[in-house]
Amino acid sequence: MIDFRAVTKKYGTGAFGLDEATFSVDRGDFVFMIGSTGSGKSTVMRLLIKELEPTEGQIVVAGRDLSTIKRRQVPFYRRNIGVVFQDFKLLPNRTVYDNVAYALQVTGHSRKEIRAKVPDILRLTGLSTKLHNYPDQLSGGEQQRVSIARAFVNHPPLLLADEPTGNLDPETSIDIMRLLYRINRTGTTVLVATHDHAMVDKMRRRVLELSRGRVVRDEATGLYARDESTREFAQRLRSPSEAPQVL
Amino acid sequence: MKHSLGFFLRESLRAMRRNAAPSFAALATVTVTLIVVGVFIPIVQATTGAANSAAGKVMVDVYMKRGATHAADLRVMGELRALPHVQRVVFEPKAQALAQQRKQDPLAYELLSGSNPLPDTFHVYPTTPSTVLAVRAEISDVGGQGQMLDPAIASVSNHTQDTKRLLTVTRFVTITAALLAALLIAASVLLIGNTIRLSLYARRREVEVMKLVGATDWFIRWPFVIEGVIVGAGAAVLAVVTLAAAKVVVLDPLASNWGLISAPRTIGIVPLMLVLLVAGVGVSAVGSGLSLRRFLRV
Repeated sequence: MIDFRAVTKKYGTGAFGLDEATFSVDRGDFVFMIGSTGSGKSTVMRLLIKELEPTEGQIVVAGRDLSTIKRRQVPFYRRNIGVVFQDFKLLPNRTVYDNVAYALQVTGHSRKEIRAKVPDILRLTGLSTKLHNYPDQLSGGEQQRVSIARAFVNHPPLLLADEPTGNLDPETSIDIMRLLYRINRTGTTVLVATHDHAMVDKMRRRVLELSRGRVVRDEATGLYARDESTREFAQRLRSPSEAPQVL
Repeated sequence: MKHSLGFFLRESLRAMRRNAAPSFAALATVTVTLIVVGVFIPIVQATTGAANSAAGKVMVDVYMKRGATHAADLRVMGELRALPHVQRVVFEPKAQALAQQRKQDPLAYELLSGSNPLPDTFHVYPTTPSTVLAVRAEISDVGGQGQMLDPAIASVSNHTQDTKRLLTVTRFVTITAALLAALLIAASVLLIGNTIRLSLYARRREVEVMKLVGATDWFIRWPFVIEGVIVGAGAAVLAVVTLAAAKVVVLDPLASNWGLISAPRTIGIVPLMLVLLVAGVGVSAVGSGLSLRRFLRV
């Protein structure tokens, strides 16, 4: 699904965003990307949505070399990727319903389709009662669920989440992770950047660790329990930490 | 187009409702600017019109010899008309000149007791005021040797001093008016552009999010352009109403009382309204569309 081949990103200031990072993510994977601030996690995300161009190296997403996508085609490429951010990035002037609907309006869905799809996805994310609220009337966790609903409403094959729980308390974070896991179970590849080590250890998913723009660790931590139900998954996240076993 | 005009219209109305303050600021700026432009257009026109009508009186007078025959008059008339840069030649027979002068100064002409000291005269109007000196040279200084164009011509006058002064003044007035107009238009465009930029800057995050969701540039831009059209049209209507009221209340009484502002050939109120409307809508719409460009580069 994602293939980074010796990707280097140098910023204008001379700082390295990424330094010959090479990794790949298979279709349907749930992958964590960890590392301290400035390690290059956000750079990876921004390269993937083509907000930035790599200085060197090649990025292939779903078999497509990103350098072959012209500027005009970028919006169409982005419609295949759901993006979730730490600061939610909701449209403040629109209700929950309209925020999610916007992602469909962009792709030219009819009003009828929108009316059918949006309530569905909001039910999945547990926001059925908040349809007509504005973002500033919601809690952080609710706002993040709106942003996940918006990212997922088009059923993109790839979902990127940049510090999705960065602003949230532990219990809400578990809800959000559970939601992402549920989305992953529908076949969507999920890539989550975070610095919440405890969460990552409990999740027992594949972990990519970045440090100063280099991939320093790439392994599956703990039991790689793919077929776990979301309920079991959440229970495990709430349980006290256990020593991760490496398979 | 996949999306209807109605969709974009709803989007822009929603945006204006939710961003009332910046929209109002833009409306006020465009209104004030249009009022200033609307006042300035007739002023510039009146000034240059007055200057041009003064310049229109520039001419060369050709005096025939006292004993010139009718045949000589006809011949000179033909020769003058054939000259380059000559637009029009008006013949004034000596009898007519005498009658004219007698009317202005009856006592002096009483003394002449019937004799006519005045010559037949041709008034030669150049195509443009600035060619008057060339025309004079063609008549009184043929080939640069001080020869008259025709032996029957006694003398030529173009009031050289007056003409030169007049030409200088009119050129100065025209250039000044053009400069002021250019400055005003530049200032208006910058002011409106800046106001729009500010109101867009407040919404740049929104644009950023739209881009992340995969909206194309024009999908984002249309509502902003339509918003510009609405604001521009609203401002133009406000400005036109203000100007029309000012014309009725202030200008019309002045004009009828003193004949002071009966400026020649100024723009009518209806064309002025159209100009302001088109300018307001055009500048706002293009301004929004262009100003958005830098925020679209995400």
